[in-house]
Amino acid sequence: MTTMTTDRAPMAGMKVYHLKLGMWVFLLSEVMFFTGLIGSYIILRFAHPEAFGAPGEVLNVPLTALNTFVLICSSVTMVKAFAAIEQGDQEGLKNWLMATIVLGAAFVGVQAFEYTILVREGFVPMAESYHAIARTAAEGSEVIGGPLYGATFYMMTGFHGTHVSIGVLCLCFTLWRARQGAYTAGSLGGVEIMGLYWHFVDLVWILLFTIVYLI
Amino acid sequence: MVAGEEHKAPPYMIVFVVLGVLTVLEVLFAFTSLPKLWLAVGLIVMALWKAVLVAMYYMHLRFEPRRLWILAASPIPLAIILVVVVIQEIF
Repeated sequence: MTTMTTDRAPMAGMKVYHLKLGMWVFLLSEVMFFTGLIGSYIILRFAHPEAFGAPGEVLNVPLTALNTFVLICSSVTMVKAFAAIEQGDQEGLKNWLMATIVLGAAFVGVQAFEYTILVREGFVPMAESYHAIARTAAEGSEVIGGPLYGATFYMMTGFHGTHVSIGVLCLCFTLWRARQGAYTAGSLGGVEIMGLYWHFVDLVWILLFTIVYLI
Repeated sequence: MVAGEEHKAPPYMIVFVVLGVLTVLEVLFAFTSLPKLWLAVGLIVMALWKAVLVAMYYMHLRFEPRRLWILAASPIPLAIILVVVVIQEIF
């Protein structure tokens, strides 16, 4: 399907080109980073279940499910961009990259909108205003781990949103390079590397959405 | 994928449809009245299934050499150890 060129010449040991290997190593470090965040959330939730809301109690599940679908769509447009340049289709590459940028920006926009609503309703990292705390306080129980829900929620989704935002900026750079004709069917390493990052961000969100919003 | 290697075009749109359907199923499943443990297990299985599909087809891991597979899987045991060891502090 593709021809071997200097930018994608496989290294002798790993049999992949150096840029791809570098991106995979970076993504593995990101796996451990998000494991730290998700692992902390799971452990804190086990330790202090009273501090966390049930699915749909605080967070807007339908809105976020729609946003998840937007991010999944952006993964499709990203692979379509890669498939287009594999065939030497410059226009297809630019159009699909633009679609990915729009969808990525839409995801960040909806997340910002969600944050605005949550903060307006009093769900902030300093969780005195979180109603689960009010509930336990009303029941007369000791309020333990009160700020945990807000802090862990904003920490995880905030870091992920930052990754998406950085991805959108990198996509803009990739589109700018595509408009300069930097990528061809034989030289598409940059698009593939960008795609790996973008799909990783999608993959992390798939897990975050389930763990934070649905369980 | 390995540069220069021929492979069948990945089924991007089929994977997309499966991801969309699984997302809808997850949301519907989350609000059923099953016991919490079963809910959590079902949701995690569906999420992992989606994650594997993205890694295999969109990140082209299925078409990569075995050594990259091993590299990509290397943080998984570390992640499990991290969570399992620390969670034992609670019980």
